[in-house]
Amino acid sequence: MSNIQAGTGAVAAVPDLSPVPAIELDGVVKEYLARGETVQAVKGVSLGVAAGEFFSLLGPSGCGKTTTMRMIAGFEDPTRGVVRLHGRDVTDVPPNKRDVNMVFQSYALFPHMSVWENVAFGLRRKKVQDAEIRRRVGAMLEIVDLTGREKRRPREMSGGQQQRVALARALVNEPRALLLDEPLGALDLKLRQAMQLELKRIQREVGITFVYVTHDQGEALTMSDRIAVMNDGLVEQLAAPREIYERPATAFVAGFIGTSNLLSGTVERVVDGTAVLPLAGYGRILAADAACEAGATITVTVRPEKITISTEEPTGDVSAVRGTVSEVVYLGTSNSYAVGLPDGAEVTVYQQNAHDSSTTAERGDSVWLSWQPHHSYAIGS
Amino acid sequence: MKRLTPYLLILPGGLWLVVFLVVPLIFMVSVSTQQGDVVNGFVQTFHIANYTDALGQYRTQFLRSAVYGLVGTVLAILLAYPVAYWIAFRGGARKSTYLLLVLLPFFVSFVLRTVSWKFLLADDGIVFEPLKSAGLLPADFHVLQTTTAVIGGLVYNYLPFMILPIYVALERVDPSVVEAAQDLYASRVAAFARIVLPLSLPGVFAGVLMTFVPMTSDYVNAAILGGPDNTMIGNIIQTEYLVNQDYPVGAALSFTLMAALLVGIFGYARALGTQNVLEAAAR
Repeated sequence: MSNIQAGTGAVAAVPDLSPVPAIELDGVVKEYLARGETVQAVKGVSLGVAAGEFFSLLGPSGCGKTTTMRMIAGFEDPTRGVVRLHGRDVTDVPPNKRDVNMVFQSYALFPHMSVWENVAFGLRRKKVQDAEIRRRVGAMLEIVDLTGREKRRPREMSGGQQQRVALARALVNEPRALLLDEPLGALDLKLRQAMQLELKRIQREVGITFVYVTHDQGEALTMSDRIAVMNDGLVEQLAAPREIYERPATAFVAGFIGTSNLLSGTVERVVDGTAVLPLAGYGRILAADAACEAGATITVTVRPEKITISTEEPTGDVSAVRGTVSEVVYLGTSNSYAVGLPDGAEVTVYQQNAHDSSTTAERGDSVWLSWQPHHSYAIGS
Repeated sequence: MKRLTPYLLILPGGLWLVVFLVVPLIFMVSVSTQQGDVVNGFVQTFHIANYTDALGQYRTQFLRSAVYGLVGTVLAILLAYPVAYWIAFRGGARKSTYLLLVLLPFFVSFVLRTVSWKFLLADDGIVFEPLKSAGLLPADFHVLQTTTAVIGGLVYNYLPFMILPIYVALERVDPSVVEAAQDLYASRVAAFARIVLPLSLPGVFAGVLMTFVPMTSDYVNAAILGGPDNTMIGNIIQTEYLVNQDYPVGAALSFTLMAALLVGIFGYARALGTQNVLEAAAR
């Protein structure tokens, strides 16, 4: 289940790649009628989730990620398109007949039932034998570390514990896939980070496909095998976390995942696959693997931590841009600089506080920014 | 001052209750064991027989009131639940409009509404007369002065008191909890039976309290819609006070009714498990 990556530009390694995806969406569209107008919440999503994969749907609120998940669960009927689970068309199958389970954002625990009854609910509906129910519920409560709290009511438990009950209640049915709708959204930061690791551990232990909906890019990057970044009802990019971060496919992805600098220029020439973009009087950008020809205007993205800030003009085959420091923010382990370019653009630079002397630039200083050609990544519009 | 604030807040209401409920109650307890008449005055003789005499004489009306109250309450649950469910889960943006419609009858006096029922249900009134002349109903068909009319009137008049608490309980059911049940392989029927219904029981419980007690002690519906065979204990108490002016018997009957209702309600709460019900309601 490990996600093997070999440096920048590695192709996403999909774990346990079986010929039939656990979940398959084929041209799925969801339209609503709101005040007499048709609104498209999902505008045509096609993707496959491999068995055993930790798959995230990431995007801002209103991007269609929750609707997409609800169509997998069966709570929404797609207007067009097909939903398949392990190759079987389930588009018209109601949720109670689908072999996927969901962890709700609000947990949606049954308030009038004990923890044990909550977890046993699904098995009971499936008419599993009593002895088997006892065994499986007991084993699942052990996995989520709630043994001894079987008789508690949900409201007598902390948020983190309720979260684990919700997880156990879904996982105990051994579904083909587990759908999680922003399950950590209601927890505070510390607990959220602990639960991220916990979720990852549990997923490894049970080996079930996870589909994780979140708007938190950090969460998605930490936990996922692959991420589908959604915006405005469409998937902008579907790739492994490193690929999404290092090589964002669109300006939206670059902006949504972490901080990113977008710089535009016209390609003067291409030397050994590296495009050279001179900037009128204040330097040049080198972009490796830009796949473009001389004369084209392209936009490249550079991550703030890839940029080096210095007072002297850099030498060698690097991107080198001159600007003026407009802001310095001390962040503890690093400094964040905002550097204004002559064309009005602003570049964010993170510099580690590795040495005492590294904080050389001050507000108003004229500085040089430099970075390796392979850190300039050309994106589609 | 800060510590006194809560007590100051309950002071006006508390005084009101003491003056207008507790004092008259004590006064009535005293009256219920007196003897005499209105002209010569009543004298306290601790005549406990007032109770046994009244109970013996009006046993039928007591029983009838209990039966009417029970049947009316059950009918009210059956009618109110679907309405409350529909408003809570299908009402959408118009919920408050529908609730207003439920409450709309309260804008007209209770007695006036019951009288208009009498007008509607009259033997040759606007509903039955055309049906009779068309030969759809036998000529001697009638509803007024029957048990049906009285229970019908009771259910009609107290229905909103059943709808509202059930609505409040259903409104508090998180729709995602119902979805979770369906996600965990429960059919729509199973999700209702195992999740929605148990979670709405506190509302039904409150509704029963709010309808059974006033239905059982009601006298307006029996007086307007019923006949001589439909007299309820409320009518008897009214007659004893206002017609016979036998205050001790009226008071004795009132206290017997009150005691019977309290015992009934406590028995009901116990059987249903007040602990669970109150706990669920306090959620």
